[in-house]
Amino acid sequence: MSTGQEIILEYELKASNFEVAGEAASKTKRVLQQIGVPVDVIRRIAISAYEGEMNTIIHSLGGIMRVVIFPDRTDLIFEDQGPGIADINLAMQEGYSTAPDYVREMGFGAGMGLPNMVRCTDKFDIQSELGVGTKIRMTVFH
Amino acid sequence: MAESFHSVRLIASRCKGCVNCTKRCPTEAIRIRGGKAQIIESRCIDCGECIRRCSSHAKTAVTDSLWDLARYKINIALPAPTLYAQFAVEISIETILGGLLRLGFDEVFEVAKGAEILSLPIKEYLSSKDTKKPAISSACPAVVRLIQVKFPELIENLVPIDAPVEVAARVARAEYSKKHHLHADEVGVWFITPCPAKMTACKQPLGLEKSNITGAIAISQIYGDLLKVLSQVNAKADYNAASWIGIGWAIAGGETAEIEDVKKLVVHEINNVSNVLEQVSIGKLNDIDYIETLACAGGCIGGPLTVENRFVAETRMKQRMQKLKNEYQSAEDSLYRDYYHDVSEVNERRVIEPRPLMLLDENIFKAMDKVELIEITLKSLPGLDCGSCGSPNCKALAEDIVQGRASETDCLFKLRERVRDLAQEMIGLAEKLPPPLDKESAEE
Repeated sequence: MSTGQEIILEYELKASNFEVAGEAASKTKRVLQQIGVPVDVIRRIAISAYEGEMNTIIHSLGGIMRVVIFPDRTDLIFEDQGPGIADINLAMQEGYSTAPDYVREMGFGAGMGLPNMVRCTDKFDIQSELGVGTKIRMTVFH
Repeated sequence: MAESFHSVRLIASRCKGCVNCTKRCPTEAIRIRGGKAQIIESRCIDCGECIRRCSSHAKTAVTDSLWDLARYKINIALPAPTLYAQFAVEISIETILGGLLRLGFDEVFEVAKGAEILSLPIKEYLSSKDTKKPAISSACPAVVRLIQVKFPELIENLVPIDAPVEVAARVARAEYSKKHHLHADEVGVWFITPCPAKMTACKQPLGLEKSNITGAIAISQIYGDLLKVLSQVNAKADYNAASWIGIGWAIAGGETAEIEDVKKLVVHEINNVSNVLEQVSIGKLNDIDYIETLACAGGCIGGPLTVENRFVAETRMKQRMQKLKNEYQSAEDSLYRDYYHDVSEVNERRVIEPRPLMLLDENIFKAMDKVELIEITLKSLPGLDCGSCGSPNCKALAEDIVQGRASETDCLFKLRERVRDLAQEMIGLAEKLPPPLDKESAEE
Protein backbone atom coordinates (compact mmCIF):
# COMPACT_ATOMS: atom_id res chain seq x y z
CA MET A 1 0.00 0.00 0.00
CA SER A 2 1.55 3.25 -1.09
CA THR A 3 -0.56 6.36 -0.83
CA GLY A 4 2.07 8.89 0.02
CA GLN A 5 0.29 9.41 3.32
CA GLU A 6 2.45 9.30 6.41
CA ILE A 7 2.73 10.79 9.89
CA ILE A 8 6.21 11.67 11.08
CA LEU A 9 7.01 12.08 14.76
CA GLU A 10 10.45 13.06 15.95
CA TYR A 11 11.82 13.13 19.47
CA GLU A 12 15.17 14.27 20.76
CA LEU A 13 16.71 11.89 23.28
CA LYS A 14 19.35 13.25 25.64
CA ALA A 15 21.96 11.06 27.32
CA SER A 16 21.07 10.09 30.91
CA ASN A 17 17.75 11.93 30.75
CA PHE A 18 15.83 9.28 32.68
CA GLU A 19 12.99 11.55 33.83
CA VAL A 20 11.40 11.65 30.40
CA ALA A 21 12.16 8.04 29.42
CA GLY A 22 9.04 6.47 27.95
CA GLU A 23 7.39 9.72 26.88
CA ALA A 24 8.21 9.28 23.21
CA ALA A 25 6.92 5.70 23.31
CA SER A 26 3.70 6.84 25.04
CA LYS A 27 3.07 9.61 22.52
CA THR A 28 3.69 7.23 19.63
CA LYS A 29 1.26 4.77 21.18
CA ARG A 30 -1.43 7.45 21.44
CA VAL A 31 -1.23 8.32 17.74
CA LEU A 32 -1.42 4.64 16.78
CA GLN A 33 -4.53 4.30 18.96
CA GLN A 34 -6.07 7.34 17.30
CA ILE A 35 -5.75 5.83 13.84
CA GLY A 36 -6.98 2.42 14.91
CA VAL A 37 -3.93 0.16 14.57
CA PRO A 38 -4.70 -3.27 16.16
CA VAL A 39 -3.90 -3.35 19.89
CA ASP A 40 -1.38 -6.20 19.76
CA VAL A 41 0.53 -4.38 17.01
CA ILE A 42 0.50 -1.16 19.04
CA ARG A 43 1.89 -3.05 21.98
CA ARG A 44 4.83 -4.38 19.95
CA ILE A 45 5.60 -0.94 18.54
CA ALA A 46 5.34 0.72 21.97
CA ILE A 47 7.68 -1.83 23.57
CA SER A 48 10.24 -1.50 20.75
CA ALA A 49 10.06 2.28 20.97
CA TYR A 50 10.56 2.23 24.73
CA GLU A 51 13.51 -0.18 24.52
CA GLY A 52 15.12 2.00 21.86
CA GLU A 53 14.52 5.11 23.91
CA MET A 54 16.13 3.52 26.96
CA ASN A 55 19.10 2.29 24.94
CA THR A 56 19.75 5.76 23.56
CA ILE A 57 19.40 7.36 26.99
CA ILE A 58 21.61 4.81 28.75
CA HIS A 59 24.33 4.06 26.22
CA SER A 60 24.64 6.92 23.76
CA LEU A 61 25.81 10.49 23.84
CA GLY A 62 22.33 11.50 22.72
CA GLY A 63 20.29 11.03 19.60
CA ILE A 64 16.88 11.08 18.01
CA MET A 65 13.93 8.77 17.60
CA ARG A 66 11.95 9.15 14.42
CA VAL A 67 8.61 7.43 13.93
CA VAL A 68 7.11 7.22 10.47
CA ILE A 69 3.56 5.91 10.49
CA PHE A 70 2.11 4.63 7.22
CA PRO A 71 -1.39 3.18 6.85
CA ASP A 72 0.07 -0.34 6.67
CA ARG A 73 3.23 -0.14 8.76
CA THR A 74 5.25 1.85 11.25
CA ASP A 75 8.97 2.49 10.96
CA LEU A 76 11.03 3.29 14.05
CA ILE A 77 14.41 4.87 13.47
CA PHE A 78 16.98 5.59 16.15
CA GLU A 79 20.12 7.53 15.37
CA ASP A 80 22.70 8.54 17.93
CA GLN A 81 25.94 10.49 17.97
CA GLY A 82 28.12 7.72 19.36
CA PRO A 83 30.08 6.15 20.86
CA GLY A 84 29.04 3.19 18.69
CA ILE A 85 29.00 -0.54 19.45
CA ALA A 86 32.28 -2.48 19.36
CA ASP A 87 30.81 -5.91 18.65
CA ILE A 88 27.27 -5.94 17.32
CA ASN A 89 26.92 -9.75 17.44
CA LEU A 90 27.79 -9.73 21.13
CA ALA A 91 25.41 -6.83 21.78
CA MET A 92 22.58 -8.76 20.15
CA GLN A 93 22.94 -11.69 22.57
CA GLU A 94 20.34 -12.03 25.29
CA GLY A 95 21.72 -11.09 28.68
CA TYR A 96 24.78 -9.29 27.32
CA SER A 97 25.00 -5.77 28.63
CA THR A 98 27.55 -3.01 28.97
CA ALA A 99 25.29 -0.94 31.19
CA PRO A 100 27.10 0.56 34.19
CA ASP A 101 26.19 -0.57 37.73
CA TYR A 102 24.14 2.51 38.60
CA VAL A 103 21.87 1.77 35.64
CA ARG A 104 21.50 -1.91 36.61
CA GLU A 105 20.60 -0.88 40.13
CA MET A 106 17.67 1.00 38.66
CA GLY A 107 16.46 -2.23 37.10
CA PHE A 108 17.61 -1.48 33.56
CA GLY A 109 20.47 -2.90 31.55
CA ALA A 110 19.47 -6.56 31.76
CA GLY A 111 20.79 -7.16 28.27
CA MET A 112 17.32 -7.71 26.84
CA GLY A 113 16.86 -4.43 25.00
CA LEU A 114 18.06 -5.35 21.51
CA PRO A 115 16.74 -8.96 21.60
CA ASN A 116 13.36 -7.58 22.71
CA MET A 117 13.34 -5.16 19.79
CA VAL A 118 14.12 -7.99 17.36
CA ARG A 119 11.32 -10.10 18.86
CA CYS A 120 8.71 -7.33 18.64
CA THR A 121 9.43 -6.11 15.12
CA ASP A 122 9.05 -7.56 11.62
CA LYS A 123 12.24 -6.00 10.25
CA PHE A 124 15.27 -5.03 12.26
CA ASP A 125 18.48 -3.51 11.01
CA ILE A 126 21.39 -2.20 13.04
CA GLN A 127 24.48 -0.39 11.87
CA SER A 128 27.17 0.92 14.12
CA GLU A 129 30.60 2.41 13.85
CA LEU A 130 32.88 3.10 16.79
CA GLY A 131 33.43 6.78 17.30
CA VAL A 132 30.59 7.64 14.93
CA GLY A 133 27.31 6.26 16.22
CA THR A 134 24.58 3.66 15.92
CA LYS A 135 21.57 3.57 13.63
CA ILE A 136 18.68 1.19 14.20
CA ARG A 137 15.82 0.86 11.78
CA MET A 138 12.78 -1.25 12.62
CA THR A 139 9.52 -1.94 10.83
CA VAL A 140 6.29 -3.32 12.25
CA PHE A 141 3.48 -4.16 9.82
CA HIS A 142 -0.02 -3.25 11.01
CA MET B 1 -30.39 -3.64 30.63
CA ALA B 2 -29.46 -0.88 28.23
CA GLU B 3 -25.85 -1.02 27.11
CA SER B 4 -25.37 2.59 28.08
CA PHE B 5 -26.40 2.53 31.73
CA HIS B 6 -24.39 4.94 33.82
CA SER B 7 -24.79 5.54 37.52
CA VAL B 8 -23.09 8.93 37.46
CA ARG B 9 -25.53 11.63 36.40
CA LEU B 10 -25.83 15.41 36.32
CA ILE B 11 -28.37 17.42 38.28
CA ALA B 12 -28.61 20.21 35.70
CA SER B 13 -30.27 22.74 38.00
CA ARG B 14 -27.26 22.68 40.36
CA CYS B 15 -24.56 22.85 37.67
CA LYS B 16 -22.96 26.27 37.35
CA GLY B 17 -21.01 25.33 34.27
CA CYS B 18 -17.62 25.70 35.97
CA VAL B 19 -14.88 23.55 34.47
CA ASN B 20 -13.62 21.72 37.56
CA CYS B 21 -15.11 18.35 36.66
CA THR B 22 -13.91 18.49 33.04
CA LYS B 23 -10.34 18.90 34.18
CA ARG B 24 -10.33 16.07 36.70
CA CYS B 25 -12.07 13.43 34.62
CA PRO B 26 -9.52 10.66 33.89
CA THR B 27 -11.03 9.87 30.49
CA GLU B 28 -11.85 13.48 29.47
CA ALA B 29 -15.51 12.49 29.29
CA ILE B 30 -17.04 15.84 30.27
CA ARG B 31 -17.67 18.95 28.18
CA ILE B 32 -19.51 22.14 29.14
CA ARG B 33 -22.27 22.83 26.64
CA GLY B 34 -25.10 25.32 27.04
CA GLY B 35 -23.70 26.34 30.41
CA LYS B 36 -24.00 22.83 31.85
CA ALA B 37 -21.71 19.86 32.16
CA GLN B 38 -22.39 17.10 29.67
CA ILE B 39 -21.12 13.57 30.18
CA ILE B 40 -20.04 11.74 27.02
CA GLU B 41 -21.43 8.34 27.89
CA SER B 42 -19.12 6.26 25.74
CA ARG B 43 -16.14 7.66 27.63
CA CYS B 44 -17.53 7.61 31.18
CA ILE B 45 -16.14 4.85 33.42
CA ASP B 46 -18.34 5.74 36.43
CA CYS B 47 -15.35 6.29 38.69
CA GLY B 48 -17.16 9.13 40.46
CA GLU B 49 -14.18 11.49 40.39
CA CYS B 50 -16.54 14.28 39.19
CA ILE B 51 -18.87 13.67 42.14
CA ARG B 52 -15.94 14.29 44.45
CA ARG B 53 -14.78 17.42 42.61
CA CYS B 54 -18.09 19.23 42.17
CA SER B 55 -18.48 21.91 44.83
CA SER B 56 -22.08 22.53 43.72
CA HIS B 57 -22.97 18.86 44.29
CA ALA B 58 -24.36 18.75 40.78
CA LYS B 59 -23.00 15.27 40.11
CA THR B 60 -24.79 12.38 41.63
CA ALA B 61 -24.95 8.62 41.49
CA VAL B 62 -28.19 6.87 40.74
CA THR B 63 -28.64 3.97 43.12
CA ASP B 64 -31.63 2.01 44.35
CA SER B 65 -33.45 2.69 47.62
CA LEU B 66 -34.99 0.74 50.47
CA TRP B 67 -38.39 1.21 48.79
CA ASP B 68 -37.31 -1.23 46.10
CA LEU B 69 -37.23 -4.05 48.65
CA ALA B 70 -41.01 -4.39 48.47
CA ARG B 71 -40.72 -6.01 45.06
CA TYR B 72 -39.20 -9.23 46.44
CA LYS B 73 -40.33 -11.88 48.90
CA ILE B 74 -36.97 -12.07 50.59
CA ASN B 75 -34.22 -9.46 50.57
CA ILE B 76 -30.54 -10.05 51.23
CA ALA B 77 -28.16 -7.21 52.09
CA LEU B 78 -24.59 -7.52 50.81
CA PRO B 79 -22.65 -4.91 52.78
CA ALA B 80 -19.27 -3.83 51.38
CA PRO B 81 -16.67 -4.05 54.17
CA THR B 82 -16.29 -0.27 53.76
CA LEU B 83 -19.66 0.07 55.54
CA TYR B 84 -18.03 -1.02 58.82
CA ALA B 85 -15.52 1.84 58.60
CA GLN B 86 -18.34 4.39 58.71
CA PHE B 87 -18.94 3.53 62.38
CA ALA B 88 -16.70 3.66 65.46
CA VAL B 89 -14.97 0.37 66.21
CA GLU B 90 -16.94 0.07 69.46
CA ILE B 91 -19.95 -0.74 67.30
CA SER B 92 -19.39 -4.34 66.31
CA ILE B 93 -19.82 -5.70 62.80
CA GLU B 94 -22.55 -7.91 64.20
CA THR B 95 -24.45 -4.85 65.40
CA ILE B 96 -24.11 -3.12 62.03
CA LEU B 97 -25.42 -6.22 60.28
CA GLY B 98 -28.24 -6.42 62.83
CA GLY B 99 -29.06 -2.82 61.94
CA LEU B 100 -29.44 -3.78 58.28
CA LEU B 101 -31.99 -6.43 59.31
CA ARG B 102 -33.95 -3.78 61.20
CA LEU B 103 -34.06 -1.65 58.07
CA GLY B 104 -36.03 -4.35 56.30
CA PHE B 105 -33.54 -6.88 55.00
CA ASP B 106 -34.26 -10.52 55.82
CA GLU B 107 -30.72 -11.82 55.52
CA VAL B 108 -27.18 -10.45 55.39
CA PHE B 109 -24.17 -11.82 53.58
CA GLU B 110 -20.84 -10.04 53.83
CA VAL B 111 -19.11 -9.05 50.60
CA ALA B 112 -15.93 -9.62 52.61
CA LYS B 113 -16.85 -13.30 52.54
CA GLY B 114 -16.90 -13.15 48.75
CA ALA B 115 -13.45 -11.55 48.82
CA GLU B 116 -12.19 -14.30 51.07
CA ILE B 117 -13.52 -17.00 48.78
CA LEU B 118 -11.61 -15.38 45.92
CA SER B 119 -8.26 -15.37 47.67
CA LEU B 120 -7.50 -18.95 46.70
CA PRO B 121 -8.41 -18.83 42.98
CA ILE B 122 -6.42 -15.59 42.63
CA LYS B 123 -3.36 -17.23 44.19
CA GLU B 124 -3.75 -20.20 41.88
CA TYR B 125 -4.11 -17.95 38.87
CA LEU B 126 -0.95 -16.04 39.78
CA SER B 127 1.08 -19.22 40.15
CA SER B 128 0.01 -20.53 36.74
CA LYS B 129 2.63 -20.41 34.00
CA ASP B 130 0.19 -19.11 31.39
CA THR B 131 -0.62 -15.99 33.36
CA LYS B 132 0.15 -12.78 31.47
CA LYS B 133 2.40 -10.69 33.70
CA PRO B 134 2.00 -8.29 35.31
CA ALA B 135 -1.48 -9.54 36.18
CA ILE B 136 -3.85 -6.68 36.97
CA SER B 137 -6.56 -6.95 39.60
CA SER B 138 -10.09 -6.87 38.21
CA ALA B 139 -11.86 -6.23 41.52
CA CYS B 140 -12.42 -2.50 40.91
CA PRO B 141 -14.94 -2.03 38.06
CA ALA B 142 -13.79 1.55 37.39
CA VAL B 143 -10.28 0.26 36.69
CA VAL B 144 -11.62 -2.48 34.42
CA ARG B 145 -13.53 0.15 32.45
CA LEU B 146 -10.50 2.45 32.36
CA ILE B 147 -8.60 -0.42 30.72
CA GLN B 148 -11.45 -1.01 28.26
CA VAL B 149 -11.43 2.58 27.04
CA LYS B 150 -7.83 3.72 27.47
CA PHE B 151 -5.65 0.61 27.61
CA PRO B 152 -7.41 -2.08 25.56
CA GLU B 153 -4.02 -3.74 24.99
CA LEU B 154 -3.96 -4.62 28.71
CA ILE B 155 -7.28 -6.51 28.81
CA GLU B 156 -5.37 -9.78 28.64
CA ASN B 157 -3.49 -8.80 31.80
CA LEU B 158 -6.71 -8.53 33.82
CA VAL B 159 -7.27 -11.38 36.26
CA PRO B 160 -10.22 -13.28 34.71
CA ILE B 161 -11.98 -13.77 38.03
CA ASP B 162 -15.14 -12.05 39.21
CA ALA B 163 -15.26 -9.24 41.75
CA PRO B 164 -16.01 -10.15 45.41
CA VAL B 165 -19.52 -8.70 45.33
CA GLU B 166 -20.47 -10.86 42.33
CA VAL B 167 -19.20 -13.98 44.08
CA ALA B 168 -21.01 -13.02 47.29
CA ALA B 169 -24.24 -12.42 45.36
CA ARG B 170 -24.04 -15.78 43.62
CA VAL B 171 -23.48 -17.71 46.85
CA ALA B 172 -26.06 -15.67 48.81
CA ARG B 173 -28.78 -15.99 46.18
CA ALA B 174 -28.27 -19.74 45.92
CA GLU B 175 -28.12 -20.35 49.66
CA TYR B 176 -31.03 -18.21 50.74
CA SER B 177 -33.45 -19.12 47.97
CA LYS B 178 -32.90 -22.73 49.06
CA LYS B 179 -33.31 -21.90 52.73
CA HIS B 180 -36.58 -20.01 52.17
CA HIS B 181 -37.87 -22.43 49.51
CA LEU B 182 -38.17 -19.69 46.92
CA HIS B 183 -37.35 -19.41 43.26
CA ALA B 184 -34.09 -17.50 42.77
CA ASP B 185 -36.05 -14.70 41.03
CA GLU B 186 -38.11 -14.05 44.15
CA VAL B 187 -35.01 -13.06 46.11
CA GLY B 188 -33.70 -9.50 46.07
CA VAL B 189 -29.92 -9.23 46.46
CA TRP B 190 -28.82 -5.71 47.35
CA PHE B 191 -25.28 -4.46 47.42
CA ILE B 192 -24.57 -1.70 49.95
CA THR B 193 -22.06 0.17 47.82
CA PRO B 194 -19.31 2.74 48.41
CA CYS B 195 -19.17 3.82 44.76
CA PRO B 196 -21.13 4.36 41.53
CA ALA B 197 -18.74 2.13 39.57
CA LYS B 198 -20.14 -0.90 41.36
CA MET B 199 -23.69 0.32 40.91
CA THR B 200 -23.08 0.41 37.16
CA ALA B 201 -21.49 -3.03 37.35
CA CYS B 202 -24.79 -4.47 38.69
CA LYS B 203 -26.82 -2.99 35.84
CA GLN B 204 -24.25 -3.59 33.16
CA PRO B 205 -22.03 -6.45 34.28
CA LEU B 206 -18.42 -6.66 33.18
CA GLY B 207 -17.78 -10.01 31.62
CA LEU B 208 -20.84 -11.77 33.05
CA GLU B 209 -23.96 -12.26 30.97
CA LYS B 210 -26.16 -11.37 33.89
CA SER B 211 -25.30 -10.15 37.35
CA ASN B 212 -26.63 -11.94 40.41
CA ILE B 213 -27.04 -8.58 42.11
CA THR B 214 -30.54 -7.11 41.99
CA GLY B 215 -29.44 -3.58 42.72
CA ALA B 216 -27.19 -1.34 44.77
CA ILE B 217 -27.89 1.12 47.56
CA ALA B 218 -25.33 3.81 48.38
CA ILE B 219 -23.70 3.69 51.81
CA SER B 220 -24.29 7.44 52.04
CA GLN B 221 -28.00 6.90 51.39
CA ILE B 222 -28.54 4.21 54.01
CA TYR B 223 -26.18 5.68 56.62
CA GLY B 224 -28.66 7.98 58.39
CA ASP B 225 -31.33 5.29 58.72
CA LEU B 226 -28.79 2.77 59.90
CA LEU B 227 -27.40 5.12 62.53
CA LYS B 228 -30.88 5.58 63.98
CA VAL B 229 -31.59 1.88 64.42
CA LEU B 230 -28.19 0.75 65.71
CA SER B 231 -29.11 1.44 69.34
CA GLN B 232 -32.21 -0.76 68.97
CA VAL B 233 -30.35 -3.80 67.68
CA ASN B 234 -30.78 -6.71 70.02
CA ALA B 235 -31.26 -9.78 67.87
CA LYS B 236 -27.95 -11.03 66.56
CA ALA B 237 -27.67 -11.44 62.84
CA ASP B 238 -27.31 -15.01 61.73
CA TYR B 239 -24.42 -14.96 59.32
CA ASN B 240 -21.19 -16.61 58.41
CA ALA B 241 -18.61 -14.04 59.56
CA ALA B 242 -15.76 -13.06 57.29
CA SER B 243 -12.21 -12.98 58.59
CA TRP B 244 -9.68 -10.13 58.55
CA ILE B 245 -8.57 -11.20 55.08
CA GLY B 246 -11.91 -10.41 53.46
CA ILE B 247 -12.55 -7.27 55.50
CA GLY B 248 -9.16 -5.91 54.46
CA TRP B 249 -10.21 -5.55 50.81
CA ALA B 250 -11.82 -2.23 51.78
CA ILE B 251 -8.40 -0.59 52.03
CA ALA B 252 -5.59 -0.31 49.50
CA GLY B 253 -3.21 -3.24 49.95
CA GLY B 254 -5.88 -5.44 51.49
CA GLU B 255 -6.45 -7.57 48.44
CA THR B 256 -2.78 -8.55 48.25
CA ALA B 257 -2.09 -8.59 52.01
CA GLU B 258 -2.34 -12.34 52.14
CA ILE B 259 -0.65 -13.12 48.83
CA GLU B 260 2.97 -13.93 49.41
CA ASP B 261 5.90 -14.99 47.23
CA VAL B 262 4.94 -12.70 44.38
CA LYS B 263 6.22 -9.27 43.45
CA LYS B 264 3.25 -7.02 43.99
CA LEU B 265 2.47 -3.37 43.55
CA VAL B 266 -0.45 -1.51 45.12
CA VAL B 267 -1.72 1.53 43.22
CA HIS B 268 -4.69 3.65 44.20
CA GLU B 269 -6.39 6.83 42.93
CA ILE B 270 -7.54 6.76 39.31
CA ASN B 271 -4.89 9.09 37.85
CA ASN B 272 -2.11 7.13 39.58
CA VAL B 273 -3.63 3.95 38.20
CA SER B 274 -3.71 5.47 34.73
CA ASN B 275 -0.02 6.44 34.96
CA VAL B 276 1.04 2.98 36.07
CA LEU B 277 -1.03 1.30 33.34
CA GLU B 278 0.67 3.59 30.82
CA GLN B 279 4.02 2.26 32.02
CA VAL B 280 2.86 -1.34 31.77
CA SER B 281 1.64 -0.72 28.23
CA ILE B 282 5.09 0.28 27.01
CA GLY B 283 6.73 -2.75 28.59
CA LYS B 284 7.94 -1.27 31.87
CA LEU B 285 7.20 -3.07 35.16
CA ASN B 286 7.49 -6.48 33.52
CA ASP B 287 9.26 -7.79 36.60
CA ILE B 288 6.06 -7.30 38.67
CA ASP B 289 3.71 -10.27 39.07
CA TYR B 290 0.56 -8.59 40.35
CA ILE B 291 -0.77 -5.05 40.47
CA GLU B 292 -3.60 -4.27 42.85
CA THR B 293 -5.36 -1.31 41.29
CA LEU B 294 -8.05 0.78 42.97
CA ALA B 295 -9.77 3.83 41.48
CA CYS B 296 -10.28 5.62 44.79
CA ALA B 297 -7.52 7.11 46.92
CA GLY B 298 -7.00 4.82 49.90
CA GLY B 299 -9.11 2.06 48.34
CA CYS B 300 -12.88 1.52 48.63
CA ILE B 301 -12.98 3.43 51.92
CA GLY B 302 -12.27 6.51 49.79
CA GLY B 303 -15.33 5.82 47.63
CA PRO B 304 -17.44 8.83 46.58
CA LEU B 305 -20.58 7.35 48.18
CA THR B 306 -19.09 6.95 51.65
CA VAL B 307 -19.69 9.24 54.60
CA GLU B 308 -16.61 9.06 56.79
CA ASN B 309 -13.30 10.78 56.06
CA ARG B 310 -11.05 8.21 54.46
CA PHE B 311 -8.18 8.56 56.92
CA VAL B 312 -10.51 8.00 59.84
CA ALA B 313 -12.04 5.10 57.93
CA GLU B 314 -8.64 3.56 57.27
CA THR B 315 -7.67 3.64 60.93
CA ARG B 316 -10.97 2.05 61.93
CA MET B 317 -10.62 -0.62 59.27
CA LYS B 318 -7.14 -1.52 60.49
CA GLN B 319 -8.38 -1.73 64.07
CA ARG B 320 -11.21 -3.99 63.04
CA MET B 321 -8.80 -6.17 61.07
CA GLN B 322 -6.46 -6.45 64.04
CA LYS B 323 -9.32 -7.47 66.27
CA LEU B 324 -10.44 -10.15 63.83
CA LYS B 325 -6.86 -11.32 63.36
CA ASN B 326 -6.66 -12.04 67.09
CA GLU B 327 -9.82 -14.12 66.89
CA TYR B 328 -8.88 -15.74 63.60
CA GLN B 329 -8.90 -19.51 63.47
CA SER B 330 -7.46 -21.27 60.51
CA ALA B 331 -10.20 -23.91 60.69
CA GLU B 332 -12.06 -21.59 58.34
CA ASP B 333 -9.94 -22.83 55.48
CA SER B 334 -12.48 -25.56 54.94
CA LEU B 335 -15.05 -22.88 54.17
CA TYR B 336 -13.10 -21.63 51.20
CA ARG B 337 -13.23 -25.14 49.85
CA ASP B 338 -17.01 -25.35 50.27
CA TYR B 339 -17.52 -22.45 47.94
CA TYR B 340 -14.62 -23.12 45.69
CA HIS B 341 -16.60 -24.95 43.04
CA ASP B 342 -19.05 -22.08 42.77
CA VAL B 343 -16.22 -19.68 42.25
CA SER B 344 -14.34 -21.74 39.72
CA GLU B 345 -17.23 -21.18 37.31
CA VAL B 346 -16.05 -17.61 37.04
CA ASN B 347 -13.23 -18.75 34.82
CA GLU B 348 -15.81 -19.12 32.10
CA ARG B 349 -16.94 -15.56 32.30
CA ARG B 350 -17.49 -13.55 29.16
CA VAL B 351 -14.49 -11.89 27.59
CA ILE B 352 -14.15 -8.20 28.47
CA GLU B 353 -14.55 -6.19 25.28
CA PRO B 354 -12.32 -3.27 24.39
CA ARG B 355 -14.15 0.08 24.14
CA PRO B 356 -11.37 2.22 22.62
CA LEU B 357 -12.18 5.90 22.85
CA MET B 358 -9.06 7.21 21.17
CA LEU B 359 -10.04 6.15 17.64
CA LEU B 360 -10.61 9.22 15.44
CA ASP B 361 -12.13 7.50 12.42
CA GLU B 362 -12.97 3.97 11.28
CA ASN B 363 -11.09 4.71 8.08
CA ILE B 364 -7.35 4.75 8.74
CA PHE B 365 -6.64 7.28 5.97
CA LYS B 366 -9.19 9.73 7.37
CA ALA B 367 -7.92 9.08 10.89
CA MET B 368 -4.36 9.90 9.79
CA ASP B 369 -5.59 13.15 8.20
CA LYS B 370 -7.30 13.99 11.46
CA VAL B 371 -4.13 13.35 13.47
CA GLU B 372 -2.33 15.94 11.32
CA LEU B 373 -5.23 18.39 11.49
CA ILE B 374 -5.35 18.09 15.29
CA GLU B 375 -1.64 18.80 15.45
CA ILE B 376 -2.01 21.93 13.26
CA THR B 377 -5.08 23.11 15.21
CA LEU B 378 -3.34 22.55 18.53
CA LYS B 379 -0.42 24.73 17.46
CA SER B 380 -2.80 27.63 16.78
CA LEU B 381 -4.34 27.40 20.28
CA PRO B 382 -2.81 29.30 23.24
CA GLY B 383 -1.80 26.16 25.17
CA LEU B 384 -2.95 27.54 28.51
CA ASP B 385 -5.31 24.60 29.11
CA CYS B 386 -7.70 27.00 30.86
CA GLY B 387 -10.77 24.98 29.95
CA SER B 388 -12.96 28.05 29.33
CA CYS B 389 -13.98 26.62 25.97
CA GLY B 390 -15.75 23.78 27.78
CA SER B 391 -13.19 21.15 26.74
CA PRO B 392 -10.75 19.99 29.44
CA ASN B 393 -7.59 21.30 27.71
CA CYS B 394 -6.30 22.69 24.42
CA LYS B 395 -5.51 19.24 23.02
CA ALA B 396 -9.05 18.04 23.72
CA LEU B 397 -10.43 21.20 22.09
CA ALA B 398 -8.26 20.62 19.01
CA GLU B 399 -9.69 17.11 18.79
CA ASP B 400 -13.26 18.38 19.33
CA ILE B 401 -12.79 20.99 16.56
CA VAL B 402 -11.47 18.41 14.09
CA GLN B 403 -14.29 16.03 15.00
CA GLY B 404 -16.84 18.81 14.43
CA ARG B 405 -17.91 19.01 18.05
CA ALA B 406 -16.55 22.50 18.70
CA SER B 407 -15.38 25.55 16.79
CA GLU B 408 -12.17 27.53 16.98
CA THR B 409 -13.92 30.60 18.39
CA ASP B 410 -15.01 28.57 21.43
CA CYS B 411 -11.51 29.47 22.60
CA LEU B 412 -11.73 32.86 24.33
CA PHE B 413 -8.28 33.83 23.11
CA LYS B 414 -9.01 32.92 19.50
CA LEU B 415 -12.28 34.83 19.78
CA ARG B 416 -10.43 37.85 21.15
CA GLU B 417 -7.96 37.62 18.26
CA ARG B 418 -10.81 37.57 15.77
CA VAL B 419 -12.51 40.54 17.44
CA ARG B 420 -9.24 42.47 17.44
CA ASP B 421 -8.63 41.72 13.75
CA LEU B 422 -12.16 42.78 12.92
CA ALA B 423 -11.81 45.95 15.00
CA GLN B 424 -8.58 46.83 13.19
CA GLU B 425 -10.23 46.23 9.87
CA MET B 426 -13.10 48.49 10.93
CA ILE B 427 -10.74 51.26 11.96
CA GLY B 428 -8.96 50.90 8.65
CA LEU B 429 -12.26 51.13 6.85
CA ALA B 430 -13.39 54.09 8.96
CA GLU B 431 -10.26 56.02 7.99
CA LYS B 432 -10.93 55.55 4.33
CA LEU B 433 -12.49 58.60 2.65
CA PRO B 434 -14.46 58.84 -0.56
CA PRO B 435 -12.33 60.35 -3.38
CA PRO B 436 -14.06 63.81 -3.35
CA LEU B 437 -13.06 64.27 0.31
CA ASP B 438 -9.65 62.59 0.16
CA LYS B 439 -7.52 65.70 -0.24
CA GLU B 440 -4.34 64.21 1.22
CA SER B 441 -3.85 61.71 -1.56
CA ALA B 442 -4.50 64.44 -4.13
CA GLU B 443 -1.58 66.52 -2.81
CA GLU B 444 0.79 63.61 -3.27
